[in-house]
Amino acid sequence: MPPDSPPVAMAAPDLPISAPPGLLALFAAFAKMSLSGFGGVLAFARRGIVDHHRWMTAEEFNETFALCHFLPGPNIVNLSVVFGARFRGVPGSIAAFAGLVGPPVVIVTILAVLYGRYGEIDALRRILAGISCAAVGLLISVVFRMMMPLIKKRDVVGVAVMAAVFTAIGVLRLPLPAVLLVAIPLSVAITIATRRVKA
Amino acid sequence: MNFNHSPIWTLISTFGLMSLFAVGGANAAIPEMHRIAVDVQHWLTDKQFADVYAISQLSPGPNVLIVTLIGYAVAGVAGALAATLAMCVPTAVLAYWVSRLLTRSSHSRWPAIIQAALVPLSIGLMGASGLVLALTSDRTWTAGLVTAAVAVLAFATRLNPLWLLLAGGLLGFAGFIG
Repeated sequence: MPPDSPPVAMAAPDLPISAPPGLLALFAAFAKMSLSGFGGVLAFARRGIVDHHRWMTAEEFNETFALCHFLPGPNIVNLSVVFGARFRGVPGSIAAFAGLVGPPVVIVTILAVLYGRYGEIDALRRILAGISCAAVGLLISVVFRMMMPLIKKRDVVGVAVMAAVFTAIGVLRLPLPAVLLVAIPLSVAITIATRRVKA
Repeated sequence: MNFNHSPIWTLISTFGLMSLFAVGGANAAIPEMHRIAVDVQHWLTDKQFADVYAISQLSPGPNVLIVTLIGYAVAGVAGALAATLAMCVPTAVLAYWVSRLLTRSSHSRWPAIIQAALVPLSIGLMGASGLVLALTSDRTWTAGLVTAAVAVLAFATRLNPLWLLLAGGLLGFAGFIG
């Protein structure tokens, strides 16, 4: 664009000003977010969609993510599908999903081949053992971060549900479907009951 | 390998079902993956499961990649693709339909209630993942120490997780983990 052309659309900082992305743009954007996402893609997805491309406002992004978080399955995969569908229907979903999952699957498969070939080398085994210890520490820190709001709100019922699920799955090692078939209806019932009491 | 019943089909049915029960995302389903891959199907040893988790954390992309690695261990590249798609597609289709439904009736209070009810559930599941992985990865007290130190550092600071993973790798290389 020549520098002296009239400003057609002024950049309002809080509004998504970009035109709806095409299929190739969806694929490329999700591939980029995914490949920069070490230890989770969510932070990069927010940065890319809201800050960089301005395809959604922060509020729209939070609402979309909340929906994807309460559905089962990999949250960020759900987000890519819902986001792609919003702009380009089913083809948009497929483009965003392929961008998110395709390139990292290629990388991780190459790593798997290397692991199969060289996994028995002593130095590599020691390095991997160290990385897995650190990776577990990262996961535990995420759990504590997620717990803080429950503890700050003194949500006794929430903490009790959390502890019960932790014990059933982590300590007793019960099958996930059985535990959820009991826990989800129970937790929904408790949530409705406590909201009635407060209201 | 047992050729009597196709391992690809077992992968698809296992992860297709898990997809619909993975409340809180792939990391929350790790105890279930461990239960099936190590205890029930004997696809991986405990040590291999810990390695697979480490590799999945080391590569960029969504956490669901651990499923790709389990699939690869069972049936090569075809297994990797089958497991990944089985874990993603059922829930992706569900997400697509639910989001279309909700944009039509956005004033329902059910989504908020279900979400509030699921939050403590998914934290409990993630906590269980932490426990199961700690038991498979931390074989020595020094290993437990590294896990605890990383947990505290990642909780208290905004350090890039990649540095903490690399530090763990260096300590392992130096023979600190044992």
